[in-house]
Amino acid sequence: MPITRDEVAHLARLARIALSDEELDHLAPQLDQIITAVAQVQEVAAEGIPPTSHATGLTNVFRDDEPIPCLSPAAALDQAPAVEQQRFKVPRILPED
Amino acid sequence: MELTRITAAELSAALAAGQVSATEVTQAHLDRIAAVDDRVHAFLHVAADSALARAGQVDEKRRTGEPLGPLAGVPVAVKDVFTTIGLPTTCGSRILEGWHPPYDATIAQRLKQAGAIIIGKTNMDEFAMGSSTENSAFGPSHNPWDLDKIPGGSSGGSAAAVAAYEAPLAIGTDTGGSIRQPAAVCGIVGTKPTYGGSSRYGVVAFASSLDTPGPLGRTVLDAALLHEAISGHDPMDSTSIDAPVPPVVAAAREADVSGMRIGVVTDLSGDGYQPGVLSRFAEAVELLESLGAKVTEVSCPHFKYALPAYYLIAPSECSSNLARFDAMRYGLRVGDDGTRDAEEVMALTRAAGFGAEVKRRIILGTSALSSGYYDAYYGKAQQVRTLIIRDFDAAFGQVDVLVSPATPTTAFPIGERVDDPMAMYLADLCTIPSDLAGNAAISVPCGLAPEDGLPVGLQVMAPALADDRLYRVAAAAEAAFTDRWGQPLLTQAKGLDQ
Repeated sequence: MPITRDEVAHLARLARIALSDEELDHLAPQLDQIITAVAQVQEVAAEGIPPTSHATGLTNVFRDDEPIPCLSPAAALDQAPAVEQQRFKVPRILPED
Repeated sequence: MELTRITAAELSAALAAGQVSATEVTQAHLDRIAAVDDRVHAFLHVAADSALARAGQVDEKRRTGEPLGPLAGVPVAVKDVFTTIGLPTTCGSRILEGWHPPYDATIAQRLKQAGAIIIGKTNMDEFAMGSSTENSAFGPSHNPWDLDKIPGGSSGGSAAAVAAYEAPLAIGTDTGGSIRQPAAVCGIVGTKPTYGGSSRYGVVAFASSLDTPGPLGRTVLDAALLHEAISGHDPMDSTSIDAPVPPVVAAAREADVSGMRIGVVTDLSGDGYQPGVLSRFAEAVELLESLGAKVTEVSCPHFKYALPAYYLIAPSECSSNLARFDAMRYGLRVGDDGTRDAEEVMALTRAAGFGAEVKRRIILGTSALSSGYYDAYYGKAQQVRTLIIRDFDAAFGQVDVLVSPATPTTAFPIGERVDDPMAMYLADLCTIPSDLAGNAAISVPCGLAPEDGLPVGLQVMAPALADDRLYRVAAAAEAAFTDRWGQPLLTQAKGLDQ
């Protein structure tokens, strides 16, 4: 599956990365080369082979439901780019109108 | 007694005997860092004040007879992917430049409990993606054997710090080889413990099903001492294994391979391998046989698909994990001028804050997980992962450990592969299978390649939770090689004498 410059631009939009035209020119052929190489996995006949998502086989791990100290509001907000009224201040998330 | 040259085990003994103070040991390493790190660039942050303060506390406890941990007063360099209270954590990225995390990683806590002195945070490929440290936003580290060569990656700063005598021990993380490959090319010892054997709590996530913290040291025993100090179940990490820590220190001290069954992986050799790497590896196998091991050849036919499977699985997980860098709660925020909405600010921040390799991998992962391609790429890679685990299971039915070269080549020149991603990815050809299977592996020096005089690593792989076997084999090889060489390999590193 070759990957085109337009497809890379679409994926970058999905991933919320504002790539410049120069970056797209540079990354698109590299990604095409990488995707062609990793497509080798399709050579493997894997009929009936279960997928592995992680190696330990652990499922449904819970720890004891005991209260433990948590971050204070001041510590949680200390590294925020912007703070207002003891909250994270973020750019608007809805259109103006 | 040259404090920066002796091993962590020797330092620990000298400290316990009162021959030297933790403050003296810490100051000696800070002096060494001040003398050489402008050329090595192993550190992103040197924690001089907090290290000396901790060392003073250790000395005070020793004076008053309070109980001390097994690494009391021994400096440790920590990869900048672990969160540390009071020290910045950048992951080698502009997006976290200046970030001070509000909590300690479990491994940072365990180091403190063991009495170790965190001497600084080491350089790394951005978010642990790379094999050379050239993807660090803050410039590459340099190999102490030859400053024009890469120190490996992504834990290249940790490996370079230990090889340059800036720290006796270091912590790294291994996702596709990021401890073993830098250890191999810097001529030191590095271990990827069994996945789940060392806690990921407070390790900034790259690929969560693979990321494994582990030790680097100049000797096998030193690596084992650090391995033991950081390991064990952590309720804060849901993938942590609730099982006893394998007896790695005892195995490193025994160093006996007589009667052990060792399998040479025939699939990890051939085209693309440097002749001097293969010849030193062959000598290492002969050496182990001469020490009483039973050596056979073993085929793992699906290992050739490990690299492509890894470059689907790791980017897929990374594309999800790195979504947290959204410019809202911490880290860099770019373009928030009141006219742009949150998504625009996010996209501008991520464009400005991530480097080229991180962008490549996020987009690759986004592609592999997208509807219509999922089954053909990510799904297929997960099946390959099963087949690689089956290869290991079959092999470990016949032998106790597997061996291979740790890397296909020795350290390559800085700049050579930086804009050729596929060439860079090949550096992890031998190390990736153990990450995909979640079992344990180590790299231990086995000589210098004749053609370039650079170190070669012998990789030993063991089943999950049999990490002690790694240390048994590596320590036996180390002792026999050191006898043959007449001195530790690292004494031949001359990069800083130029």
